[in-house]
This record gives sequence, C-alpha cells and structure tokens, in this order.
Amino acid sequence: MAHGHAVKRYSGLMDWLTTVDHKKIGILYLIAGGFFFLVGGLEAILIRIQLWKPLNDFVSADTYNELLTMHGTTMIFLAAMPVIFALMNAIVPLQIGARDVAYPFVNAIGFWTFFFGAVLLNVSWFTGAAPDGGWTAYAPLSSTTFNGDHGFDYYVLGLQIAGIGTLVGGINFLVTIINMRAPGMTFMRMPMFTWSVFITSALILFAFPALTVGLAALMFDRVFDANFFDPSGGGNAVLWEHIFWIFGHPEVYILILPAFGVISEVVSTFSRKRLFGYSSMVFATILIGFLGFMVWAHHMFTTGLGPVANGLFSIATMLIAVPTGIKIFNWLFTLWGGSIKFTTANLFAVGFIPTFVMGGVTGVMLAAAPADFQYHDSYFVVAHFHYVIVGGLVLGLFSGLHYWWPKMFGRVLNEGLGKLTFWTFFIGFHLTFFVQHFLGLMGMPRRIWTYLDGLGFNEMNLISTIGALLMGLGTIFFLLNIVVTAFKPKNAANDPWEDGRTLEWTISSPAPEYNFKQTPLVRGYDAYWKEKMDGHTEMTPAEPLGSIHMPSPSILPLFMSIGLFITGLGLMYSHGEWGKIAGIEAGYVVGGIGLIITFTCMIIRSLVDDHGFHIEPEELQDKGVKA
Amino acid sequence: MSAHSHDGHLPHEPEKATLEGRNKILGFWLFLGAETVLFGTLFSAFLALRDQVLDGPTSQELFQLPLVALATGLLLTSSLTSVFATQALHMHKVKAMIWWLLVTVLLGLGFLGLEIYEFYHYVHEGHGFTTSAFSSSFYTLVGFHGAHVAFGIVWISLLIGQLAKKGLTVTTAPKAYVAGIYWHFIDVVWVFIFTVVYLMGKVG
Repeated sequence: MAHGHAVKRYSGLMDWLTTVDHKKIGILYLIAGGFFFLVGGLEAILIRIQLWKPLNDFVSADTYNELLTMHGTTMIFLAAMPVIFALMNAIVPLQIGARDVAYPFVNAIGFWTFFFGAVLLNVSWFTGAAPDGGWTAYAPLSSTTFNGDHGFDYYVLGLQIAGIGTLVGGINFLVTIINMRAPGMTFMRMPMFTWSVFITSALILFAFPALTVGLAALMFDRVFDANFFDPSGGGNAVLWEHIFWIFGHPEVYILILPAFGVISEVVSTFSRKRLFGYSSMVFATILIGFLGFMVWAHHMFTTGLGPVANGLFSIATMLIAVPTGIKIFNWLFTLWGGSIKFTTANLFAVGFIPTFVMGGVTGVMLAAAPADFQYHDSYFVVAHFHYVIVGGLVLGLFSGLHYWWPKMFGRVLNEGLGKLTFWTFFIGFHLTFFVQHFLGLMGMPRRIWTYLDGLGFNEMNLISTIGALLMGLGTIFFLLNIVVTAFKPKNAANDPWEDGRTLEWTISSPAPEYNFKQTPLVRGYDAYWKEKMDGHTEMTPAEPLGSIHMPSPSILPLFMSIGLFITGLGLMYSHGEWGKIAGIEAGYVVGGIGLIITFTCMIIRSLVDDHGFHIEPEELQDKGVKA
Repeated sequence: MSAHSHDGHLPHEPEKATLEGRNKILGFWLFLGAETVLFGTLFSAFLALRDQVLDGPTSQELFQLPLVALATGLLLTSSLTSVFATQALHMHKVKAMIWWLLVTVLLGLGFLGLEIYEFYHYVHEGHGFTTSAFSSSFYTLVGFHGAHVAFGIVWISLLIGQLAKKGLTVTTAPKAYVAGIYWHFIDVVWVFIFTVVYLMGKVG
C-alpha cells in the first residue's frame, strides 16, 4: 500500500478519453453540448424555413414532426443541460476552493453516459425513424399503437442513459459543495453561482428519478408490451402526463437557476459592487427550488383535473413570481450606482434581465387557469417558454461562457466579435419570438406543419423566420470568435477582468490540474475581493505546501457507457428485426452483451483500488504556477 | 489525506476516517433520496393502476399472505444481520463481519427465491406481465425491488471477497458501511410494498 504507484498518464486523445479532471470534463461537456446546440439550432432553422410562408412544402409533415420533437428534446437534454454541466464542472470546485470534485471517476461516468445517450437518440435520424410525437412524448401518441416505428424507442432509451449521467452529476456536485469547501467558505459565503448549482443539483436529485420511472414504464409498454399508458390494457394516458411533468417542471428550474447564478456573478463583477441582497438571493433560490415541485399540473390545466386542482396549482405557480421578482430587483439594485463595464458578458447579463421579465410576465398570464384555456397549445405558449429558456437560460450561458472563457481556456474571447454576437443574437431572438405572442393570441396553434393563407399569420411568421436566421448568424459569430481566439497566445491573466471577486480568479488561467497549490483561507463573502480591499494581492493559504493527491485517469467510464449504448440499441431491435441467436432474439443477446460490459467495468472498479498519484511540492514549483 | 493503516491500527469509525469515505457515505444517502423518489413514483403508478385487472385475476384471488409473510420475515431478519455486520465493523472484527454479511446474503437469496417462485406461480394463474395495467405495474414495482435485492446480493458477495482478501481498511470500511445502508433501504421499501401492495390488495 505504498504511495509510490506509478500511474500511467496519457496524452493526446487517450488523455481526453480517460480524464477524470473536472476542468477537462467541463470542456468535454462544452464541446458535446455545443455540438448538440448546433444540431438543435439547425433543426429550429429548418422549422422556421418551413413556416416562413403559408402552405410551404419545404419539408414533409412527417419530417416536420420529427424536427419539432428532436429540436425540443435535443435543446433541453443534449444542449442546455450539458452546457450547464460544463460551467458547473469548470467553475464550482474553483469557487469553493476545492482541489477536485467529490467523485472524479463518477464525474467521467456522468459525461460519457450523457454523451452516449445523446448519440443513441440521434442515431434515430440515420435509421429512418426519429421520434415524432413532441418532446413531451405524450401517451398514447408515443405508444406502439400510434408510433409503430422505433422513434420513441430511441427517445426512451437515449434519455434513460443520458439521465443516469445527469443524476450522478447532480449527486457529485451536492457532495462536492457540502464536503469539499475550503476552510472559512461557509454556506452563506458561497458565491451565488455555486449556490444556484447546489439547488439545481438538489432538484436533479429529486426530479430525475421520476423521469427514470416514466421512461422505464414507457419502454416496458413499447418493448415488452406492458399496459401502463395504453387505455385498451387498462392503462392511463394521463398518468404519463403527471409523471412527465413532476419531472418536467423542476427541470425548467434546473435549467434556469444556474443562469440566475451566472447573472448574479457577472452583474456583481462588472458593477464593481457586492451583490445586492445576497441572503435574500440565497433564500429566493431555495424557495424557487421548493415551489418548483408544487406546480407541475399547470402544464395540464386543460387535461380536466377539475377546478380545485387547477385553482391550487394556479396559485402555487403565481407564488413563484415572488422569489423571482426578488432576484430581478436585486440585480437591478446591484447595477444601481455601480461603475458598470459593458463587456460582452455583462451585455448578455443586462440583456437577460428585461427579456426574462417578459417571459415571467407571460408565465403569470399562463398561470391563470381560465386564461390558459385560451392560450393553450397556441404560439403564445411557444413564445413564453422560448423567452424564459432562450431569453433566460441561453443568454445566461452566453454570458457565463464569455465571462469564464479565460478561466477555462487561458484566452480572453474577442470583445468586438462578442458584442457582434450579442447584438445579432439578441435582436434575432426578439424578432423571432416577440411576434409569436401575437400569432398565438390570433389563434395560430403550435406544433402545426403549415398554415393557410389569409389568416393574417403571414407577415409575422416571415419576421419570425428572419429573426431565427439572425440568431443563427449570432451563433456563427460566436463560433468564429472561438476560432479566432484559439489562434491567439494563451496569455490570460489570473484575473483578466481585473474586478474578479471570487476564488477562481486567484489562480492561473487556465487552472492547474490540482487547482490550488495551497488551499486558500476564506475570510468573507466575495473572498478575493475582500483580500483586495484589505490590500492583499493573493489569498492567505490555509495549509503549508505539501504533496497533492490526484485520482488516476481511467478508461472504464467510457466502456461502461458504451455498454449501456449497446444495451439500448439491442433492446430496441428485439422484435425479430435482427433474427435469432440460439433461439433467443438477437436484440436481447446484444442487449445482454452490453450489460455484461457495463457490469464488468463496475466490478473491476470495485475490486481494483485506485491509489491515485501525488504531485510533489518540487513539481509545483517547476510548473511555475502563480498562486 | 488518505490515512492508510499500515500497522493494522484502525480509527474508531474507519468508514469516516478519510474524506473519500465521508464523501461516499454522504453521496450514498443522497442517492437513497433519489431512490425514494424512484420508488415513490412506482408506488404512485401502481396505486393509479391497481384496479385495472381486466380479464386477469384480482389481487384478492392472487395474493397468498403466508408466502409473502415468510418472504417478509426473511428480508427483515436479513436487515438485522446486516446491522450485526456493521456493529462488527465498528468493533474491527473482520471475521464476524464476513460471517454476518454471509448470513445476510443467504437470507436475501431466500427472499429472492420465494419471489421468483411467487412470480412463476402468478404467471400460471394467468397474471402475466402483459395481462393488464394492474399486472404490469405490479411486476414493475415488485420487480424493481427484487432487482435491487439481486443487485445487493451480488454487491455484498463481492464485498465479502474483498474483506476476506484485503481485510478491514479505511478503503473497504466505507464500502461495507454503505452496503449496509443500502440493504436497510431495500428492506424499508419492502415494508411499504408489503403494506401497499399485499395487505391493501388483500382487503381491497
């Protein structure tokens, strides 16, 4: 049990496939999530091209349904969630002064299961049957009765595998934040982004298992002929709606809370002011997380739950406007009287505030159950949730990416291109979705493939399509910025914005693999800013220089996820598509092989102790890392 | 950081001696929180669908409480023996620990055997997985629990091997400790299944 184990350290591609470093996993999440953001964005643009004029036949009705379903599913599960996880991984351990996350190995499993789940879902495009019943997969539309092809098999199995990754990621961050904070980093001194990640992780913990059960039940219905949601077998289609939304509503807070955290950090940094009402921000975040579980049936007002249920869920939904309002005012008061710098990150943050308020206002309108009967299934709803998800989350993510890019990659993004990104994306966004409120109020239903001439929908749909193209252009500017920046020297300072307030700005950009040479001692909220105000240039260390223990890289997470991918694929094709092997459906055989791969990896992990390796103090000096 | 014991001297609570151990235990409690939601959703689905028996047998015709009571007895006893294993862990008695874990596994296997027999019997009574919404949700709920028991049996068996080979260390102690929590959790779930599925199914 000596410590001098020689651990194999990889370079190049193998390094990325075996990494357990949260900063590299963050970058992997960003690349994969960014890729699926482009895929989902392309699907959105195809949808908008189809709708730019009445009676258009750019895509067929069937393809349109697939595009619509895959756009929603991709954007929520495969683009938004992983980019959030990218920021969580890249920043949270640094903000709390930790050397690592609680479970580096599990962190890698989280990424690879997400990735292979996402790939499995998108394989459906190439096997000729993408899911086409909406991202909510309502029964019986998603049942074999109405969906005989494999589309929803890909949906249930792809999301199930990706969901494992999300759940273990959530647990990892909860434990990291509870157990791994630096000395002095009390809960009420944690940066707001870390707080929002903490609450988001708690929501993941309690919301995702409901989706797990829903997807498993739907899979049993589809693959093993169970009767959960099939009325002819005694099943209940409304049960799916309940299960889906008791996951699905917390999910929207899982998405938006990290954006709230980013905005809090960015607004505070670029106003050179302490975040206004920090403790009220914390409690508002907790309250939003709590209320998020009480409101799922507002997605089902027209299902027929009755006036009492509708009334209660209506009130609970409106209550959420209170903590959200607290946040909005706190951001405004943080800006108020600050010496504001309009960097790209701050432009996105400042653009976020009014945009999100508009989404919130339509949210309260929709929360009124009687009025919802009018808005239901119209473009008004589409406008509302794009205002909160794109105008809220995506602007928040862009803000966070511009803000933390130097900490992730050691290079500051080009400000000129960044501002161009902001203005094209921001204007494009409002062009696309503002008019959709009115399309909805005029009666244009959502999810339709095309519409007739002479209904007064033509002009606004054209405007909306132009806006979508502008958003695409904004995204291209962002990609261009990444490429241009990548060719610049890696010379970002520790604190490139010069007004950094939190611990991540006390270490080099990008952070060294052990994060902190010496664990910092935290003496207050905005730990780094406090040191600056006291005339110090760096943190007081909480420990002497010593050797640092690091976890070993491992290829097992990749293979475990590949195993699950194979299982998913096998289970789908278990109705004679692949013939039989020794009297058993070939699909089951393949599925079994996949499970054996996964469980073998788990057993190897359990039996072989990982002693990791140590980075000695001399090596720390050699690397010349500035503390 | 990692306080390995070279001299065989273990700290008082070896499962909590290292940060890795404490992380493992906290994370596992959180994971059980997620498991609670998972089973809660399965229970909700079962309660929503349990009257939809269609042409299949009803729960009153189907369930035989003596068999289920025996299975319950085995599983609850195994919970007790897993406590003895954890107590042995705290007294640093590896042999006693292995012995009690072995008894736990055997009792778990007994429970699983009875459950498999029970399912086999039900299928012959015309209560197949695809018969009705009642049967689908019944097999899914009880089967998810059974799969948890099976997973626990494999897990604890592997642990017994590790304990025999590596002894009780600050690495193996947290593993044994969380396996104990896990085993209690699936027992608690069974108490709810016994009440909600079987007792309520019997009285209608």
